[in-house]
Amino acid sequence: MSSLINSAFQNAKSEGRPALLTYTVAGDNTKKKSLEILKSISNYADICELGFPHNTPIADGGQIQTSAYRAIKNGIKINDVFSIAKDFKKIKKNKPIILMGYYNMIFQYNENKFLDKCKKSKIDGLIVVDLPYPENKPFAAKCKKKGINFIQLVSPTTSKIRLKKIIKDSHDMVYYISMLSTTGGKLKVSSKEILERYSRIKNQDKSKNVVIGFGITEKTIKSLKKADGLVVGSAICKEITNSINKRQNAVTNVTSIVKKLKNKIR
Amino acid sequence: MKLKRGIPLIDQHDQHGFWGGKFGGSFIPETLKKPVEDLTNKFKKLRKDKKFLEKRDYYFKNYIGTPTSFVKLDNLTKQLGGAQIWAKVVSEANGGAHKIYNATVHALICKAMGKKYIVGDTGAGYAGKMLSMAAKKFGLKCKIFMGAKDIKRQKPNCDAIRKNGAEIIPVYSGSQTLVDAVSECMRYWVSNCDNTHMCVGSTVGPNIFVKICGWSTAQISRELKLQFKSEFKRIPNKIKLVNCVGGGSSAYGFWSEFIDYDKKKIELIGVEAGGPKKSKLHAAPLSRKTKIGILHGAASYVCQNKEGQINETESISAGLDYPGVSPMHCFLRDTKRARYTYATDEEALNAYQMVTKYENLNPSLEPSHAFAEAIKIAPKLSKDTIIVVNSCGDAKKDRDILKERLSKK
Repeated sequence: MSSLINSAFQNAKSEGRPALLTYTVAGDNTKKKSLEILKSISNYADICELGFPHNTPIADGGQIQTSAYRAIKNGIKINDVFSIAKDFKKIKKNKPIILMGYYNMIFQYNENKFLDKCKKSKIDGLIVVDLPYPENKPFAAKCKKKGINFIQLVSPTTSKIRLKKIIKDSHDMVYYISMLSTTGGKLKVSSKEILERYSRIKNQDKSKNVVIGFGITEKTIKSLKKADGLVVGSAICKEITNSINKRQNAVTNVTSIVKKLKNKIR
Repeated sequence: MKLKRGIPLIDQHDQHGFWGGKFGGSFIPETLKKPVEDLTNKFKKLRKDKKFLEKRDYYFKNYIGTPTSFVKLDNLTKQLGGAQIWAKVVSEANGGAHKIYNATVHALICKAMGKKYIVGDTGAGYAGKMLSMAAKKFGLKCKIFMGAKDIKRQKPNCDAIRKNGAEIIPVYSGSQTLVDAVSECMRYWVSNCDNTHMCVGSTVGPNIFVKICGWSTAQISRELKLQFKSEFKRIPNKIKLVNCVGGGSSAYGFWSEFIDYDKKKIELIGVEAGGPKKSKLHAAPLSRKTKIGILHGAASYVCQNKEGQINETESISAGLDYPGVSPMHCFLRDTKRARYTYATDEEALNAYQMVTKYENLNPSLEPSHAFAEAIKIAPKLSKDTIIVVNSCGDAKKDRDILKERLSKK
């Protein structure tokens, strides 16, 4: 049986557009609010990434850091992250959800327990920012056994030989980091160049769904619509921050952004 | 878990970069895999390259000013009435602390790799000051990441960094100390690794940075070994090498030549920052109960909560105010080769006062932690025991803190 992640890509493809992936931080700014945001934006997003916040994130830029610190300050715990996912899945059982975060959180929870809990919460995939290939092989294998997609990351610095190996060992989805940057950086490479690199990855194995992330906003998303999928994170986190600062409704504001993003790639 | 003899500790890791199978490694984002691999290969070549070694030795001698002196602290010894207390006055090195060794080597590597920009983190400001000095010396553009809290409390070093033409990037996230400075510096490197070299200021971070730093500071113990022989005609039978431990770069450098000796002959004592006496916070992951965690790309004992969030630390000494510690020290602890303890802020201040009262020495707050332990154990030890304290930094940078804390009394 095809995974929900795979089906989401198939579905987008049948509509002649890339899949839209959103990233929000679990518990930002409260447990309840982040679930509401997730439910609402999933009407437009094809796949939802949910970050489990860490207070020493070495690959995240300012916007996601702010969201993560806010969630932690409001007391979010890893078990809350699972319960948000579980509650979400009760209502949106066919919408794939991917947890994303740093390895220390998984390590402290215990790898096996973490994966059991993922399974119980119906998590479809996992992205671990600081557990690169080939060190992630044993963990990725454990994920596969549980039917959870372990999503490999590829960047502009990934060498050809390495790329080949990573793709070969990847599951349904591969995440291409658009440029040398932390999350939320300004897109400093032309979309043409990004798409060229994207094609090189895609040509390794056409059956893999390759998404592009980092630096994608309302302004840049359209130019990359050839990709299988596009991830927007910082732009969404930024909107949550803005809404809180202006005392506006984050759910409606964020949803309207995601709706706009979706319209740009239709 | 076992130490090997005849192999430098920096090389006693497995193929994935782990010491003792579980400390260290390289937990890095994909983007950094290539630059870290490039650096690893380059360093492997350079450390065997005769010309590079000559260059290193030349700058160590003529720029850093090695060897630093090894002196007996007669008055302090007399006052305490037990073991002999000696100091390795590493603070005589150019710039006033051991951080110059690592900074100089990184600047040389940066040049050898053809990169023009160098970035680094700093807590007490010494790592930043030295990197800015080395950058200036070798014509590199330099940025130093420093927590906003540390910028305030270590002003003299900040002034020096700016005077050397480097830019200080203040870090306002988290606790605004070293831990956040290292994170921000790594983030900067992720974004600029194509033309920029990163220097990690201590024996922490991804495996290769632990190695380069340890390789650089090892100069201290190479000198000390010769100095033992010229002072005592042999290596004495009862030695205790006392060093403060934050990230652990000076302690590793002070001990590296002596790790193969029997611990009954040469005991290695690491002193961490216990924080204020009345506070629950500390920066002592090895001597107070903590679990292994991943911080800044390496697995080590880390001050963290159950969930894996990194704890805030507290210490009067910015250089020791770090929640993690070198994987090599974790390995030395678990193999029981070294003993780790801590000194509180108050104990360090008292030690500072005692040392400066009796000796012509001005140790910064970091080595004052080591002196606190030396002062504690010396009276109980025999007169033929040689305690050597690595006085690895000068207190000039602590001017404001010392003035504030010591005038209250």
